[in-house]
Amino acid sequence: MKTKLGVAAGALGLALVPFALSSYQLGLLTKMLIFALFAMSLDLVLGYGGLPSLGHAAYFGVGAYTVGLLALRVIDNFWIDFGAGLVAAAVTAALFGLLALRARGAYLLMITLALAQVLWGIAFGWRWLTGGDDGLPGVPRPSAGLPWSLAGGLAYYYFVLVVFLAVTAALWIVVRSPFGMALIGIRESERRMEVLGYDTWRYKYAAFVLAGVVAGLSGNLYVYYNGFVSPAYLSIVFSAMVLIMVILGGAGTLLGPALGGAIIVLLENVVSSSTERWLTVLGVIYVVVTLFAPAGIMGFLMNMGGPYGSPHTPPTRGELPTVPTLPARGESPTIRNV
Amino acid sequence: MTFWTIQTLNGVSFGMLLFLLAAGLSLIFGLMRILNLAHGSYYLLGAYVALSVMNVSGSFVVAAAAGIAAVVVLGIVMERVFLRRLPPREELPQALLTFGFLLIVGDLSLAYWGGGPQTLPKPEFLELPVRVGPVMFPAYRLFVIGVGALVGVSLWFLQERTRLGAMLRAAIDDADIARATGIDVSRLSTGVFAFGAALAALGGIIAGPLLGVYPGADFEILLLAFVVVIVGGLGSLKGAFFGGLLIGLLDNFGKALFPQLAMFTIFAPMAIILAVRPSGLFGSR
Repeated sequence: MKTKLGVAAGALGLALVPFALSSYQLGLLTKMLIFALFAMSLDLVLGYGGLPSLGHAAYFGVGAYTVGLLALRVIDNFWIDFGAGLVAAAVTAALFGLLALRARGAYLLMITLALAQVLWGIAFGWRWLTGGDDGLPGVPRPSAGLPWSLAGGLAYYYFVLVVFLAVTAALWIVVRSPFGMALIGIRESERRMEVLGYDTWRYKYAAFVLAGVVAGLSGNLYVYYNGFVSPAYLSIVFSAMVLIMVILGGAGTLLGPALGGAIIVLLENVVSSSTERWLTVLGVIYVVVTLFAPAGIMGFLMNMGGPYGSPHTPPTRGELPTVPTLPARGESPTIRNV
Repeated sequence: MTFWTIQTLNGVSFGMLLFLLAAGLSLIFGLMRILNLAHGSYYLLGAYVALSVMNVSGSFVVAAAAGIAAVVVLGIVMERVFLRRLPPREELPQALLTFGFLLIVGDLSLAYWGGGPQTLPKPEFLELPVRVGPVMFPAYRLFVIGVGALVGVSLWFLQERTRLGAMLRAAIDDADIARATGIDVSRLSTGVFAFGAALAALGGIIAGPLLGVYPGADFEILLLAFVVVIVGGLGSLKGAFFGGLLIGLLDNFGKALFPQLAMFTIFAPMAIILAVRPSGLFGSR
């Protein structure tokens, strides 16, 4: 009940706050919502499925490029462009998932990174299609094909807010569904889930594709927001940034990554206005968060155990019986040299 | 004929550079299970420090030594002070921490050394081309190949034929048992980390006269080194060597023959190898 009240208050606040903000601040808030969505999409695979990715920008970028290219070169119709962006992101994730999900751990990180890099290479090298390094400027805000134009800052903010709330609600349902529970089970012990009869690969694959679609959705929103798309949207820096958003907020919770996304966007804005060394500051954030707050803000708020009690473990609500995890076959429980 | 010879030479020399990077990545991962994204920083910082020292001292050897020393210090600090605080055998925290270092070193280098590309001067005795039969070879390329081959052979000898190598293999196999038999795995780890960093710095320094040093070189070389270890197999020295050669040649011929598709000539084979052998050509798992 308390959570429901809090969520309703939050949504109401987000709906009312534009009237207290300047148009610049409103733009920043829009961007925060978009990256909150992006971070939540990664959290679905990382936080719930336990599958880290260093190439999540791929789907964001594919969505953004698809919308940008269609709107500029083919047809400026919101429904067609937006839908195509989602489909393109889904197809990309479906393809990459086939390759990437064969691996785990460090290999999974490297493979997702390398796959995203293929797309970066295309965006960078195929100049006549993508504009290369210069990107595609001048993507218009959605208006064609819609009952009213979303070109204005306020209209676009409300559009993003509605999408944000709808997707958050959908993700909330997903992670609490039997599907979401199975994902958490796979994160905790894939072997145990296999023994229980789950086809774990299919669950992971479905989560991977769904996360790709939501990432594509945030890419769609961002290209309209920014009016511009460049290879940077597909880069490793972008992929690593969304990772730190998730970890900073708290992997395995829905609200945490959204918060993390908003905080990083806000910080970038504040820091960049006073110094050119934003990337150094961002680097320090990586170091500090991994060393001192591996469970993120949500982990801190929920006051979970020791610093490394369970970096991936979200606050369990008693859904999963805690059975001591047995080491998987072939792995020896190793104590690191001190 | 000359085209193919020269391109092959260029490909092999670039492959040797990639081997230097990939060998360090692979050794560090093999022993400590650390996916070190800051490896690109070692390459960049080694080259930049060497450049600055070169401008002061005028000696390539002194510059190279200084570049490697600076990077070794950075590597030891990262391993001892930072990475040890992380939970063992969890790839993501390590990847994030080392990515933080990648960003910091890259950004501070940009602030200190500026944004323009710079070239390390070649050592004088390697300026001239060497005539082999009818073809003139650039001596410096041959030198790079020689360095790579020398490192490869020494590493193989070290790992397979010496006491230190036996300790290393034991620790890679099972760190606990190795420790129980009296091997100081802790020091060994720091040593391997520093050595891997030194190899990357050496790569950056000898690449300096060929490819130059510029902001973003750290990311570029890191990604290529990743492709090498994905193709060759993470944790395998053999994989790093043959993977480096393969990717070096593919990259070079790709750029020369199909400049528009340069990325594909590297990534398409990688995707195929991944699909057939997810753990790489020489990967053990």
